[in-house]
This record gives sequence, C-alpha cells and structure tokens, in this order.
Amino acid sequence: MAVVVILVLLAAGSVLFHLLSPWWWTPIASNWNYIDNTLIITFWITGFVFVAVVLFMAYCVLRFRHRPGNQAAYEPENKRLEGWLAMSTTVGVIAMLAPGLFVWNQFVTVPAEATEVEVVGQQWLWSFRLPGADGKLGTSETRDVAPENSLGLNRNDAATLDDLIIEGGELHLPIGKPVKVLLRSVDVLHDFYVPEFRAKMDMVPGMVTYFWFTPTRTGTFEILCAELCGVGHPQMRGTVVVDTEADYQTWLAQQQTFSQLTASAGGSSTAATADASSAQ
Amino acid sequence: MTVVMVFLAVIAVIIAWWLAQQRLASKPWLEVGHTHDHRGIEPVPAAKIGLGVFLAVVGALFTLFISAYFMRMASSDWSPMPLPRFLWINTGVLVVSSVTLHWAKVEAERRNDEAARTSLLVALAAGLAFLVGQLFAWRALSSAGYLLSGNPANSFFYMITGMHGLHIVGGLAALGRVTLRTWDAPIDRRTRLAIGLCATYWHFMLAVWVVLFALFSGWANDVVDLCRQLLT
Amino acid sequence: MVDVRSGIGEAVPPAEVEDVELYHPHSWWTRYVFSQDAKIIAIQYSTTAIAIGMVALVLSWLIRLQLGFPGTFELIDAERYYQFITMHGMIMVIYLLTALFLGGFGNYLIPLMVGARDMVFPYANMLSYWIYLLAVLVLAASFFAPGGPTGAGWTLYPPQAILSNTPGGRDWGIILMLSSLIIFIIGFTMGGLNYVVTVLQGRARGMTLMRMPLTVWGIITATVMALLAFPALFVACVMMLFDRLLGTSFFMPAIAEMGEQLEYGGGSPILFQHLFWFFGHPEVYIVALPAFGIVSDLISTHARKNIFGYRMMVWAIVIIGALSFVVWAHHMYVSGMNPYFGFFFATTTLIIAVPTAIKVYNWVLTLWRGDIHLTLPMLFALAFIVTFVNGGLTGLFLGNVVVDVPLSDTMFVVAHFHMVMGVAPILVIFGAIYHWYPKVTGRMLNEALGQLHFWVTFLGAYAIFFPMHYLGLVGVPRRYHELGDASFVTDSVHSLNAFISVAALIVGAAQIVFLFNLVWSLRHGREAGGNPWRATTLEWQTPETPPPHGNWGKELPVVYRWAYDYSVPGAPEDFIPQNQPAPGRMSHEAAS
Repeated sequence: MAVVVILVLLAAGSVLFHLLSPWWWTPIASNWNYIDNTLIITFWITGFVFVAVVLFMAYCVLRFRHRPGNQAAYEPENKRLEGWLAMSTTVGVIAMLAPGLFVWNQFVTVPAEATEVEVVGQQWLWSFRLPGADGKLGTSETRDVAPENSLGLNRNDAATLDDLIIEGGELHLPIGKPVKVLLRSVDVLHDFYVPEFRAKMDMVPGMVTYFWFTPTRTGTFEILCAELCGVGHPQMRGTVVVDTEADYQTWLAQQQTFSQLTASAGGSSTAATADASSAQ
Repeated sequence: MTVVMVFLAVIAVIIAWWLAQQRLASKPWLEVGHTHDHRGIEPVPAAKIGLGVFLAVVGALFTLFISAYFMRMASSDWSPMPLPRFLWINTGVLVVSSVTLHWAKVEAERRNDEAARTSLLVALAAGLAFLVGQLFAWRALSSAGYLLSGNPANSFFYMITGMHGLHIVGGLAALGRVTLRTWDAPIDRRTRLAIGLCATYWHFMLAVWVVLFALFSGWANDVVDLCRQLLT
Repeated sequence: MVDVRSGIGEAVPPAEVEDVELYHPHSWWTRYVFSQDAKIIAIQYSTTAIAIGMVALVLSWLIRLQLGFPGTFELIDAERYYQFITMHGMIMVIYLLTALFLGGFGNYLIPLMVGARDMVFPYANMLSYWIYLLAVLVLAASFFAPGGPTGAGWTLYPPQAILSNTPGGRDWGIILMLSSLIIFIIGFTMGGLNYVVTVLQGRARGMTLMRMPLTVWGIITATVMALLAFPALFVACVMMLFDRLLGTSFFMPAIAEMGEQLEYGGGSPILFQHLFWFFGHPEVYIVALPAFGIVSDLISTHARKNIFGYRMMVWAIVIIGALSFVVWAHHMYVSGMNPYFGFFFATTTLIIAVPTAIKVYNWVLTLWRGDIHLTLPMLFALAFIVTFVNGGLTGLFLGNVVVDVPLSDTMFVVAHFHMVMGVAPILVIFGAIYHWYPKVTGRMLNEALGQLHFWVTFLGAYAIFFPMHYLGLVGVPRRYHELGDASFVTDSVHSLNAFISVAALIVGAAQIVFLFNLVWSLRHGREAGGNPWRATTLEWQTPETPPPHGNWGKELPVVYRWAYDYSVPGAPEDFIPQNQPAPGRMSHEAAS
C-alpha cells in the first residue's frame, strides 16, 4: 500500500511543484514567444502522459498486488490495444513536432531587414562590432588577432575601417528592430546566451554562426556563456541593453570606429608590426 | 558523414536480411516444442562469424576515417599531396600476398601441406615487404617536405596508412602463428580454418588499402562527385 | 499452427549445438584471476565498474557541495570543479554503465540465458576484461598525473580540451583520457564480438530468437550498436591525440589564445562533435536497451505474468537500435552546424519516441491483471518506469529543435540526461542485482537493508533531478563552477541548489548501505536455492547454484517454450521453465 500512496503522491507532487514553484522562465524580451508557446504545448502533453502512466501503475499495484490465491491473466498480446496506443502516441508526437518545426522554420529564416551585429567571444570576454556608416561589416581573420587588433579585423578591407568596435563594454540594441547576430570566436567554443531572448547559438572559431531575434522590451540584460570555454567560463559575462530608438542613436554616436581606435591605440609603430604579422 | 551512413546502411541490410529469416513475426507462445530451431545441423564455425563481425567493426572504423577525411577536405587550407610512385609497387606486393594466401587456403583444403606451407611463407614475406614499403613511402614523403603536420591532407595520409599498417601488423602476427603451427604438425581441421580466416582478413585489408589508395590519389573524389551528380 | 510439430515421441537430440571445449583451469590463478569463465569475468567486470563508479559517486558529492554551497569549500576551485565534472561524466557513462551492462550483465547472463556453456571465445573474453582494467587504471592514473585529470567536460570538445586554459589540456590529463578511451574500445571490441557470436552460435537447441528473454535481446542489440558506434569515438580520440601530440590540425582552427597565435589552422571543431555524437547518441541506447530488456524480465517474473506484447517489444528494441544511428545531431542544434539539419534530426528524434512509448505501455500493461509481488526487484522496476517516463518525456523537449534552443546547455539538460540515462538505468542495475544475486552467490540480499536502500535512492534521486529541470527553465547554465550574480538568479535558486545538494549527499550515502548489503549477505544472507523467484528462464534451471564452470553439468538444456510462460491456464504452477516439455498442451496444439 505504501507503494500506491507514494506513487500517487509523486504524481500529484510533481504537478503541484510545476504549478506552484517560483522557478519559471524569465520574462521574455524578444519575439520568440513562439518558442515559449511550443514549450507550453509540450508541457501539457508530456505532463498528461506522465501523470497518466504513474497513476495507472499505482492503480495496477493497488488492484493486482499479490494476495494468496491470486492468479495473473495469461494475455500475450492485444493487437488492437497496442495499435491504438501507438496511433495516439504518434498523434501526440505530431502535435509537438509540427509547431516545433514551424517555429524552427521562422528561427532559421532571417528577415531581410535585419541589421547585422557581430559578437566576438574570447576567453573570457565579449566584444561587439556594429557596421559603420556604410552599413557593412568588414572581413576578419583569427590570424590577424594581435594586441592592438584583438578582434582580428582586416585592415585592408575598406568596409572594416568605419565599423564600430565595443570591446568588453555594453551592447545596445534598438527596440522593435530585427537583429541578425553574427557570432565569432577567436579561441575556443563559446555560446552567446541571454535567457530573456530565448535564442542562443554556439560560437565556433574558424566560422561565423548566427541567429536572429527582435528585442521587444527595453531593459538591461545579462549575457552568459553557455558553452564550456575553460576555467573562466562562469565569469564570462556581458551586458546587452535594449534602448528606445532615440537612446540608441545617442549611444551609437558615442562609439568609436575601428580606425579611430587604431589611431588612438598608438600610432604608426604598432600598425607597422601589425602589417608585418599579417604579411606572414 | 555520408560515407559512414552508406556503410551502416549496408550493414543494416545484412542484419535485416538475417533477421528476416528468424521468424520474428511468429508467436512464440503458441509454439511449444523443441522443433522450431531452423539452424542447420552443420553450423558455421564460430570463428568465421566472429571474423565477419570483426571485419564489420574494422570497416566502420575506416569508413569513419574516410568520412572525417571528406569533411575536413572542405576547408580552404587543404592541398592534396602527390603520392610516391612506388605505392603502386606496394599495392602489387599486397595483392601478391593476398593471392598466395588464398592459394595456401586452397592447397590446405586439397591436403597439400607442403604447398600450403610454402605459400604461407610467401604470403608472410610479402606482407612484411608491404609494411617495409609503406615505411619507405613515409620516408620518401617526409624527405620531400610533406610533413605530418604540414597540411591536413598529409596528416590524414600518415594517420590512415598508419592505422592500416597496424591492422596489417596484427594480421601478420596471426599469420605468423598459423605458419608456425603448420611447421610443427600436419595441417588439421583447425589449422585449415585458421588459414582460411587469415586469407579472408587479408583480402579485406587489401580491399581497404585499394579504397584508401583511391582516396589519397583523388579518384575517390571523382567517384563521389559522380554519385552526387547522379543523385541531383 | 499447422507447422507446429509435437515434441513428444521424437527422440530429442541431446545437444546438436556443438559442445564447446572448455578451458580447464590448472591453478587458483587461472581459476579465479585469469579466468576464462564468463561468470568470473562478469564478476570481475562488475566489481571493477562498481569500484570506479564509487570514485564517480564521490566526485558527484564534491560537485554538489560546490554547487549547493558555493565558496564554502576552498578545496573545490574552478580547475578542480571542471576536472570533477569531466571525470564524473566519463566514468559514469563509459566505465560504469557500459562496462556493467555489457561486460557485467552481458557476460553473466548471455551464456546462461541462451543455454551455452560459456562464451564462444573465452580467451578473448578474458583479455577483454584485463584490457578494460588497464583502461580504468590509465584513467585513474590521470588523478595523480602532473596537472591532474582533464577538465574539458566529458564531451571533450576541441579546441578547449587541448588548450592551456583547460585543466589537463597541456598536461597529461587529456592524453591519459584519450588513451584510456582507446584502450577501452579495443577491450570492449573483444568482449563485444563474444557476446554477438555467442548469441548467434551458442544458443541451446530449441532456443530460437523469439524464445530469447528480452534481457538477451536488449544486451545483444546494444552490443551490436556499440561495436558500430565505438569506432567513431576511437577515430575522434586518435585524431585529437594527433592534434595534441603531433601538431596536426584535424579539429583545430586558427586560434589566438589570450592574444597569442597558436600553430594550428584550418581545422573543424564541428567535425569532432559529429564524430563524438555519432558515437554519443547510440551510447545512450547502449545503456538504455540492456536496461529495457532487464526490466522487462523483472516485471514479468515478479508480476507472474508474461511480458505484454513480446513481439512488439523485440521489434521496438531493434527499431530503436537502428534509429539511434540517425539522430546524433540533435545534440548539436545550437552548435553552429547547418541549421537546416534541425528539421531532419528533430523529426527522427521524435519518431524514436513512438517505439519507446510502446515499450513503456507494454511494461505497465504487464502489471495490469498481474499478480504483483512487491519484491525489491519489482520495486526497482516500478521506480525505473517512473523515472524513465519522466526523463524520456523531457527528452521530447530537447529533441524538438526549437524548444531545445532556450534549454540547451542549461541545467534542464543535466536533469534530463541524469534522469533518463543515469537514474533510470541505475535503478535497473540495482533491481537486477537484487534479482540475480541469489544465482551468483546462492544467497538472498537482506530485505530490510534493501527496502531502506530502495526508498532513499528512488525518492532521493527524484528529489534531486525533478526540481533541477526548473533551474534550467529559469536559465541556469550547466558547467558553472559558481553561479555568481545574475538578474535571474534569485535567492530561491540558491536555496533550491542547496536542497538538491543535501538530497544528493543522502542518496550517495544510501549506496553505502547497498555495498554493505552486498558484502554482508555473501555470508549471512538467507539461502536462496536454485530458483527463488520461480522464474522460467534458463539461468534459474542450472543443476547447481551458483553454476560451476560450464554451467550445465553433463547435458546442455533443450528449450521447449518461450521465456514468459507465467500463470499459464491449467498449469499446475504459475511458471513453466523454458526447458520443460508440456506434453498435454503440446499434443493439443499439434492436433489443431
């Protein structure tokens, strides 16, 4: 009997925990409430199955536990029942998969009007790059990483020179505008993760990965690294601020371009060494 | 990973073909009695099946290396390496080894112990010669400046040929043991079986080598491209 | 059933399966140490696996102490923490679960359950164990090597696995880890060949595939998968060793580590992930399928009822085994691989849910109208169903590509895989040990200690991992040495972490009760007799208990029926052993 009671308590307790616990996702700040909805559907379907299976087990234990003189039924199979169960499982699976794939299609289709923002990860620091006046990001190469060019940008690319560079500072984004986040790493794997945005993606050295989202709520959000990147992994934090358009423009005007940065970093001597290193 | 998926599909077909003969749709609870065993009276020796399974594992290993090769090849830093001409000779030596081993098997089955012994020795010598030849190929390549870490194409060449060579070394050890056994005593049923197994293993390693040779010389690419065109 | 011919009257051929020539041990050493008897090898495998598993258990305590009470234990700094999680993960997945299910249960149960005298290649079987032991020793040696064990996370993702900011990356740690895995795979292949060929060739007369217990089906399918999947790990390890030791760039792109350019260039970290998960996903089922098989037999035996839908169970095992080779990239939805792969892999992954769900239904339907004996193995089987269903259902979150995006790399993942391939299979292992210990030793395990062990382990483990999902939902990432401050990390998150840690310590301590029971019952356990559970399968019908070398005395058993003749109507007892002819019923069948 203890088994029956505990199984019932376990099912009920799990449901109550789900309903009453204070631990729930952070208030969303992007357009990906679709993801949240799919998650909710999945919770409903799986929760129902879990409770049903556990309660059915509890009932079986209660009803068919061994008592002297009992004999079990002899029933090798029941094709109809099995077929019916398989069918309803398939329906349940489709009910989860179909919205999932539908939303995934949105997730991988970047809207044409999305502006590009580059996030660069390195142990254990976030840096950002925004396209300058020409609206284009210049090319980059890990080989070009040097003390005065920590993002490995290509100096010979005209599009690079006016790119806005934010090293270790805050990233600001305007509200309501889709952003395509280009992700790059110069050393190991990282993962750009802002819980409130729901979306995340690994950053892989040697390639550029991406995802897109539209910020829907102003505020300051914390960037975490979600892919183990060495002993400093938990300390790799950054900040992203979602601004109103006016605030965003004010902030944008204060940022330095790549050419301004290199100029201020120390004149021609470093530039010469950098040329030498990139010539190798 | 396409290459390994194709390989696994072949394995899956073999397993499915075998399972299809095992009456998986029968209802065992209705069949009380001992007579439902459809296995033949003369069973295949366990060692033969064991070798077959082992070769499937080795096959998976090499196809995975090949899959990795193709995936890494997509990078821009890849520059193919010219193969030394005498890899052709090595290939010939391995073919000789394989053929003589097959001959040894045939002679042993005909109870020609003497001929079987001789061909075993020839096969053993040819196998050793192949290994030495491979070492020479390595030396020639590295003295020509194609170092292991120079380019991923080089790295793959050294690694995969090394792995193949290790399998040949293992085969030579087994072959050596069998040869010794034929020296001590007349060739009995067990030894005949062992010679046959060595021959099968050897043919397999030859086949692997031919595939690898095609891979390194670039023909495999053409084949893959052709397949791709056929599919699209 | 026209083709059913009666067995009576015909002379039963005693053993048309070729009787194997057994190796006869000459000394104590060859009998008990360098033994070629699969049962001794099984015990050696199990003891070694449990021993190294205890190391993993202690590591999990240390991990939980740090997570529950960050900053309290100075001993557990970031470096050590990452070393602990890496070693804990790798030990549990490979050196405990794989070795115990296949090397331990496989070795003990396959020959006995299919009615063989031993494995077909006993010498290779013995070598398999010693090579496994070597792999374990090499792994353990990394604790004492300069720089300590690797702290790359059990997935060993390059580039960081072999770089200097990762513990053991430029020291011995990663080298020993990779070498140990390579050695393990070589040893496993030797054992695996044995398991496969023994099932193919060593079955007793009359033991057709559809008469095999599901335990054998589960173990053998898992072995075939392991034989085909482990080469991928082997290839990945060899290539990474080349990168680390010989300076090649298979996986290593151009890297500027702390601003300093390294010699590598052009390699692909994603290539490693593909190879790793091509092994890694089948690995999940390599652990799960033996558990599925064993739990089916536990439920059937202790509910005194045939397993419901046996054929469906067999097909499901085979289908799951096959499908598990085409889902690997669901571990890589946010890895940066081509996002369009997500459609394919999400679909295949969710398709696997169907045969898996059918298995669950058939387990609970076996309970329906059964005669449920709430023995310890049955309790563990029930607990398995609860935890497996829970963990399997959360798999539907993670497999459905878009839902995985917010949850991947969070504690939700940690909770999911611990529930589904940690807790659930280990509960089966416990159930199986309570079930087969009487056959192995001739004595029962102590019931009271077993009850204590069961309730603490089951409820404790559930209390650890069920709430942990919600940490992931909040957004807590995995592999964080300490959470630090973040806007979403409230005090309640910290208290939940502390609660989980306390539960983990208690569950860990309960395992000491279990180990004590194992040792104590060896001498003081109740005498079990040959077939204490009144089970049908062959291993319970041996002439002697524990079975001696060669298992069957003079004559091999002949099998007349499937493995699940429980509570057959009209039978004098509620079970009919597989090797027992039943004349009355059979002639009736033959007439029809």
